[in-house]
Amino acid sequence: MRLAILDGGHGLGTKALFALIRAFSRQDVLDVIKLVKYRPEFYGGPMQGVTHEAMRGPSAWLVGDRELMAAVVARANECEWCTRAHTAVAEGAYGDRAKVSAVLTDLESAPIGEPLRATLRMLRKLTTGHSVDADDMRALRAAGVSRAQIEDALAVSFAFNTTARLADAFGFTVPGPEAFAAGAKYLLARGYR
Amino acid sequence: MTDVSRAREALVTRILEGDGRASPAQRRAAFAREGLDEPLQTLVRKVAEHAHRVTDADVAAARAAGLSEDQVFELVVCAAVGQASRQYDAALAALRAAEGT
Repeated sequence: MRLAILDGGHGLGTKALFALIRAFSRQDVLDVIKLVKYRPEFYGGPMQGVTHEAMRGPSAWLVGDRELMAAVVARANECEWCTRAHTAVAEGAYGDRAKVSAVLTDLESAPIGEPLRATLRMLRKLTTGHSVDADDMRALRAAGVSRAQIEDALAVSFAFNTTARLADAFGFTVPGPEAFAAGAKYLLARGYR
Repeated sequence: MTDVSRAREALVTRILEGDGRASPAQRRAAFAREGLDEPLQTLVRKVAEHAHRVTDADVAAARAAGLSEDQVFELVVCAAVGQASRQYDAALAALRAAEGT
């Protein structure tokens, strides 16, 4: 990472926790964990609260749908680290690799319902263009997406438009697929807290 | 207000108004993506607009200008949360306009 403090500036208790994670997972600690555990009272603690609520809190969207939204937001930000990470979590949540890969390859022809497709389309536009208008929202409502579902999707978008920027700005190292698979397993079992 | 919007507001309040190594004025400017001196302004703008184009040199330039690693950490966080917040607020405003509320 571009800041040495994010790699090695943690307190002793956190360093001990990292040693345990390395021992049990047989993987290096993912850079996102190092980020949220660095001075967690400044950013990581409050951000984990936002992300857990957005990704695992009550919602009409499935966990898999929300992880897919995270992957689509990451891809729209051209963030390789976050795209790989949330592709792995969405695949695990759905138990369906082909569906996730189809969405990331061509959203319009992917085998998903229209409400989710319309929502992913809006998130992609919001992420790349930084804004959407009332007509975009009317199109979503016409596709059968409830107001609460739109708000829930926007919370996912907030979390991953933040995280993707930090992954790229701080220069997260992209690990192999085994590390993301271990991370996905953890996130599906425990969430983001 | 929903739990997630409350959590988001707590995050924004913490990074802008809580204790930090960068001044509150600098953190607010990074969040707003404007009003900073170079080379920090360039780094913050890149984080907001296309973070995948941030380079080692952008971060090194901010350090060479006298910022500590902790200050860079805080200001990059503020820039990222600021841009994601502007998107979020714009989308919620569009939703309210569509719903006529």
